[in-house]
Amino acid sequence: MNATPAVFRTRGLTRVYRMGEVEIHALRGVDLDLYSGEFVVLLGASGSGKSTLLNILGGLDRPSSGDVWYREQLLSSASERELTQFRRQHVGFVFQFYNLIPSLTALENVAIVTDIAEAPLPPREALALVGLDQRADHFPAQLSGGEQQRVAIARAVAKNPAVLLCDEPTGALDSTTGIRVLEVLQDLNQRLGTTTVVITHNAVISDMAQRTIRLSDGQASSVSYNDKVLRPDQLHW
Amino acid sequence: MKALHRKLLREIWQLKGQGMAIAVMVAAGVAMYVMSFTTLEALRHSQRSVYEEQEFADVFVALKRAPEAVVERLRAIDGVALADTRVIAPLNMPMAAADKPVTGLAISIPDGEQPVLNRLYLKSGQLPLAGSQNEVVVSEAFAEVWQLEPGDRLPVVINGRYQELLVSGTAISPEYIYQIRPGDLFPDFSRYAILWLNRPALEAAFDMQGAFNHVVLRLAAGASEAAVINAADVLLEPWGALGAHGRDEQLSHRYLDQELAQLESMAYLLPLLFIGVAAFLLNVVAARLISTQREQVAVLKAFGYSGGSVALHYLLLMAGMVLAGALLGIVAGTWLASVIAGIYQDYFRFPWLDFTLRPAVALAATAIAGAATLVGTLGAVTRAYRLHPAEAMRPPAPARFRTSLLERAGLTWLSQPSRIIWRNLERQAVKSLLSVLGIALAVAMVMLTAFQGAAIDHMMDVQFRLAQRQDLTLSLNEAEARRALFELAALPGVSRVEGFRAVPAVLRLGHREYRGSVQGMEPGQDLARVLDADLRPITLPPDGLLLTDHLADMLSAQPGDTLEVQVLDGERPLLRIPVAGLVTEYIGVGAYMQLAALARHLGEDERINGAHLAIDMQQREALDARLAAMPAIAGTTFREDVITAFEDMMDETLLVFTLFSMLLAGSIAFAVVYNNARITWAERNRELASLRVLGFHQHEVAWILLGELLVLTLLAILPGFLIGQAFCRILTEGMKTDLFRVPLVLDAGTYGMAVLVVMVASLLSALILLRALVKLDMVTALKR
Repeated sequence: MNATPAVFRTRGLTRVYRMGEVEIHALRGVDLDLYSGEFVVLLGASGSGKSTLLNILGGLDRPSSGDVWYREQLLSSASERELTQFRRQHVGFVFQFYNLIPSLTALENVAIVTDIAEAPLPPREALALVGLDQRADHFPAQLSGGEQQRVAIARAVAKNPAVLLCDEPTGALDSTTGIRVLEVLQDLNQRLGTTTVVITHNAVISDMAQRTIRLSDGQASSVSYNDKVLRPDQLHW
Repeated sequence: MKALHRKLLREIWQLKGQGMAIAVMVAAGVAMYVMSFTTLEALRHSQRSVYEEQEFADVFVALKRAPEAVVERLRAIDGVALADTRVIAPLNMPMAAADKPVTGLAISIPDGEQPVLNRLYLKSGQLPLAGSQNEVVVSEAFAEVWQLEPGDRLPVVINGRYQELLVSGTAISPEYIYQIRPGDLFPDFSRYAILWLNRPALEAAFDMQGAFNHVVLRLAAGASEAAVINAADVLLEPWGALGAHGRDEQLSHRYLDQELAQLESMAYLLPLLFIGVAAFLLNVVAARLISTQREQVAVLKAFGYSGGSVALHYLLLMAGMVLAGALLGIVAGTWLASVIAGIYQDYFRFPWLDFTLRPAVALAATAIAGAATLVGTLGAVTRAYRLHPAEAMRPPAPARFRTSLLERAGLTWLSQPSRIIWRNLERQAVKSLLSVLGIALAVAMVMLTAFQGAAIDHMMDVQFRLAQRQDLTLSLNEAEARRALFELAALPGVSRVEGFRAVPAVLRLGHREYRGSVQGMEPGQDLARVLDADLRPITLPPDGLLLTDHLADMLSAQPGDTLEVQVLDGERPLLRIPVAGLVTEYIGVGAYMQLAALARHLGEDERINGAHLAIDMQQREALDARLAAMPAIAGTTFREDVITAFEDMMDETLLVFTLFSMLLAGSIAFAVVYNNARITWAERNRELASLRVLGFHQHEVAWILLGELLVLTLLAILPGFLIGQAFCRILTEGMKTDLFRVPLVLDAGTYGMAVLVVMVASLLSALILLRALVKLDMVTALKR
């Protein structure tokens, strides 16, 4: 259904952890294609392997077997240095707990990424995209949780990434604030055309995705397409 | 075992890196404390017991010659318990294998018996038999160097007559625990001996039948030493006495006492420094540990553990490290004390050394370390005690930051990583300051160790290259007319001769006095010179005394004051001579004036009783031989020998001490920097992981981590220099004696060494951190 080439492709992806004396099979052969401009939700319960998948897509981790391509680049055999470069140029991360640098202001938290990116947005413009240009000089400790997450999103999109990977972006927020954050994500996806992957255990969120991939026991158990994508303010949880 | 205790043990194990750093600091402090005090106590106790058992005399009087009957009048002096007369005379010892002149001092003992005072402690053999004319007991140190044993023969020249003596034994006297030739700086056991012979033998050799030239007194309990000295002076004046003095002026005792005083001043300074640093490290580690364990504290409290038991838990954790360090320190300190005492034994020949680790010393060291634990951890432990469970269950709010001073001062071009570094330093200003202080202390410690070598070099340089430039100093038995100098100038290899007159005297100002001598020198002296405060040679004024600055301090004298000079020689006049100025000297103290002026004050012609010579060192042997044959010459001192003896001693003692202290100073530097780095790492690894995720390379993240370390280290250097200067000043002040003063000379090498050691410590810490950074797992770090 999608004519453009995939941004990400995974084939037979597995990931086995050794936790002390126990082997944990986090991924058991995942085949996946993500396309440019898509808004995808990876839905799964805790332990389903969704964070592991996101980490591998984002170049934080390598598969035990199988391959993952970003466009033409084979990430599964990339060096540590190449992975760092890949993250630096192409991936925007948004975490559950924001992971802002507490000693930098909102603007500087964005700037720390734009300083090293190739063709970034001006930091203030990125903050304006998430509606926080008025709070640019505030430190994380002076911002609410929702605001901190929006700074994190601004930081993620400021480098003009090919893909935005969001790990439970609303997990630490109340529903009103969470919806505000999702609005920002949807808005950016539509305005900038950034491929956006949100992983969550919250099934409601899949209503705003074009495509929902369900993960269970380390496998992609089902894929569904939304005929009608909802706006975040139409979601309830 | 209770679960809480198990947690304790596991955490001690987990903290082993930092724990070890703390334990090493505590161990260093405790070891230095135990070492210093055990050595001090051993020496003090041995001194006391040797003095007591060997009946060390209280008052000493040298005189020309007095009939033996005078001793009864001495015994009658109020306050005198015992009096013992002796014949003492210098002699030469033409040892076959000696490359330099060997001299000795012959002291009489009662015929075949131990003296009443200053009893000999026989190390081997026995006393001369009663009636024996040629048996001799030899001082143990000399016998050791020359491998003399009872039954060996010993050649001596007594009063110009060659004689072979028979060694009957070797011994140590409480009078010569520090066995140094008068006028020398350091003992040279190969060149100076004390010999004990039967009184009749010495009387015969020196024409002293029925007479004595030295007397020692034992004071009655409660007697006034000053009163006895006065009475003895009055009584013996007609017999040419040079003035009675107490133990404080007795050479061996004085050296020993000053050495012990120096040791004591070091004994407090260094250990307290180390334990202070340990307390500081404990403080940092405890604060960090308890803040990372907020949730655990909350859970424990929620389960019903009291604040007290939680606080105790952490206190015990810290106490574990301290106790381990203290034990290590006690063991190491005791061992080191035995090493140090061994080195002391080489110079201070105690017949026996009462060497035990006194429990009180070990307990005091442990108590000090324990107190440091309390002080160091009290703040953090109190926080654990007060923490409300509900509050602690919530994750801590993001730390509050503000723009740094540097930025507010206009440095707005700082990169984001630099901003992170500065803002972190400023947000935890107290911690940063403490870290800077800790590293500065390490810098200071290295300086304290490193400066001594350079300062002593400088001291020797000033003494022997600027001031006393003569190759050889001669002393004559009697004062002679100046034309004697022509005879000396004609000796082989002699290129220059400068005469001097040294007059033994007590210098007095108000109630302060100093027993020394006044030296009359020729105004145009070029070999033996006196130096001003800037170490420039000065010309002697036509009248008045130039005092060594330290002597002026001791007498509270200033230029313009008039000193009372009680001459102890000849007519023994009481002179009043003004102080004309001060001179700088690091070794010994003196009072100098023009030879002509001295003669005028004494009412005599210009005479000399010593000379400084510049010689061709190639001809030293020929000169030595000629000098040995001149009966007028009492003694010779070659500059070369003094320097060699000094360097030998320094090689042995200072090197060991320096290596050891440098190691300790280096470990302080490492412990402080490393702990700081660990804590930074623990606090920041999540942030650093986030940056790695955002696409920062390892080296970029490393800069943020190590930059902080670098900034702290660089910031610490200047204050470190200042603290180091203060430490060195305290040490040099504490070590000032009239024998020598180590000048406060801090050269570039000392500063450089301090920076180098601290930089190496920082580098090592940085490498350890880099290893952790390479292994940093982004995924795990983000989960927390």
